[in-house]
Amino acid sequence: MTALSNLSYGFQVALQPSNFLWSFIGVLIGNMVGVLPGMGTLAAISILLPLTYALNPVAAVLLLGGIFYGAQYGGAICSILLNLPCHPSHAVTCIDGYPMTKKGMAGTALGVTVIASFFAASCGIIIMLLFSQQVVNVALKFGAPEYFSAMLLGLLAGGTLSKGSPLKGVAMTVVGLLLGTVGMDIYTGRFRYTFGQLELGDGIQLTALAMGLFGVSEFLRSVNKLKVIHSSARVRARDLWPKLSDLRQSFWPMVRGTLVGIVTGFLPAVGPTISSFISYSIEKKLAGKPERFGHGAIEGVVSPEASTHANVQIDFIPTMTLGIPGEAVMALLLSALLIKGITPGPQLMGSHPDIFWGLIASFWVGNVLLVIMNVPLIGVWVKLLAVPYRLLYPTALFFICIGVWSTNDSLFDVGETLFFGVVGYILIALQFEFAPVLLGLVLEPLVEENFRRAMLLSHGDLRTFIDRPISALFIGLCVLLILGQIFGRLWSRARRTPVATEVPAE
Amino acid sequence: MQLPYRGKRDVYAGLLMVLLGAFAAYIGSQYPLGEVSNMGPGFVPTSLGIILAGLGVLIALVALVSDKPEEHATWQLPDRRGSLCIIGGLVAFVVLAKYLGLAPASFALVFISAMGDTEQTWKGAALLAIVVTACGIGVFSYLLQLPFPLFIWKG
Repeated sequence: MTALSNLSYGFQVALQPSNFLWSFIGVLIGNMVGVLPGMGTLAAISILLPLTYALNPVAAVLLLGGIFYGAQYGGAICSILLNLPCHPSHAVTCIDGYPMTKKGMAGTALGVTVIASFFAASCGIIIMLLFSQQVVNVALKFGAPEYFSAMLLGLLAGGTLSKGSPLKGVAMTVVGLLLGTVGMDIYTGRFRYTFGQLELGDGIQLTALAMGLFGVSEFLRSVNKLKVIHSSARVRARDLWPKLSDLRQSFWPMVRGTLVGIVTGFLPAVGPTISSFISYSIEKKLAGKPERFGHGAIEGVVSPEASTHANVQIDFIPTMTLGIPGEAVMALLLSALLIKGITPGPQLMGSHPDIFWGLIASFWVGNVLLVIMNVPLIGVWVKLLAVPYRLLYPTALFFICIGVWSTNDSLFDVGETLFFGVVGYILIALQFEFAPVLLGLVLEPLVEENFRRAMLLSHGDLRTFIDRPISALFIGLCVLLILGQIFGRLWSRARRTPVATEVPAE
Repeated sequence: MQLPYRGKRDVYAGLLMVLLGAFAAYIGSQYPLGEVSNMGPGFVPTSLGIILAGLGVLIALVALVSDKPEEHATWQLPDRRGSLCIIGGLVAFVVLAKYLGLAPASFALVFISAMGDTEQTWKGAALLAIVVTACGIGVFSYLLQLPFPLFIWKG
């Protein structure tokens, strides 16, 4: 019953006219920006972050939640209609979504995606409602060693399982942590790595880093290189309603995808991208005719989209209850709350119930808005896809500059953005992934504070991390994660070797 | 287009991490380290630098040992005109925003960076810059009331 009363309180907050308005604006703008080619969820949130500075915390969180949903769905539109994965978690959607567009079924694909994401997000929200309180109860018992071990697990998982080489992912996490040490030391007040620049005393600005890495470096890479693909798809509002047979065909894939997303959401290591791949391969295995996949199978669109949305929803639990974000988007949301002077953590539910339950209820409101809004607006989104890049990137640069400048009223930060843009370009060239850098930067102060406090309390004895049961559990999971990576590699190598030796013999 | 370097990409990636880590550890060790039970400000940065350098060595070693053929690079050298215009536009924004105010800075940023696209014309870039500047000022200065000076009038 408490879950229900909490939820109804949340709806009271989320449906207050002004809050509802910000939620609506968030979904609208997020959807608009997310549709634009080359703009992922991260870029959308970081560019629109400054809009929240003038708002009160509740409205700011609702706006960001809306932007997040809108951008995510916008990314799906982009991948289905243009075959461009704007966000890695939509990469799988392209495989069958684009063939559907070529077959003239773009409307159906978009329609079932809306339904699947709404269903999956609703399930995720229910899970959040049921389990947040339990997580908070455990988290209230956390001391410094537990916090450190939990964050270590989050960082390792974020690094090893992002995309590409796990070693390089962890290296990027460490780079993020090192960037986080820039500025004033929390205990002694000593400046570190500031090189005489007073502006670096407060540390590196997350918005500057995010927009440099995800905005500027992307434009540097794409300018004059991105081919404009004109989508031939014509989608009208009534095309969105799927046929009954399509609905029947996509119902179980949707349920399975949601389940995969929820289960993987609870594993700290598995983010939306991986969960979408898992659910795609499950559908392919279960299908009567697997050869349909890759040629516009509706299951291949529905199931991954459902699992992504469910997974992301579950990711909100550690972010809001422990203050430990599981991925880069959550890190940005967390930092937006920190700017507002609100520290997510076990106390948040008690001290700011309006934010906590309001956000959860607004997820639902946002999803309903998304469904309703996309019926009349889908034609507009399709037109937006055709905006030429030569107009897009200068405009985006303007928003980036004004956004970073307004964060701290500091032009130095705009310079920082440029610096990280160029650095990011070099890192792209060496095939590094950026998402772990953001996670490292956001978590560093907490990691260092808790590590130093734990060491102070245990008189420098590292065993404190394995003597305490909850902390030992996290450390055990870390070890499993690393061993799993190593043995996974060795195993796939051993399987490959015979093939590799046969080739030169022929 | 060919990559501007030979050999395996991850060897360079690893070397870069070694350099970064060593640099961080060197600077970090200049701050008081303290001891494990009572760490100074230098302890965590120095350790992180050493860890990063170690990871860099591992990345390079794995690449050297691996017999897997290098995946084809999906990137090319940056477009010279495009990237110079983007960087130039950002520099112009910072300088002009400081001395002349938001309006001229925005115009310069959009105009210069737009000229980086080979299909863009002078007129098109100027028009885009005017539209973006006007809309931007409308939204940020009037609607959201961000306290930026639009124009700075002093010698």
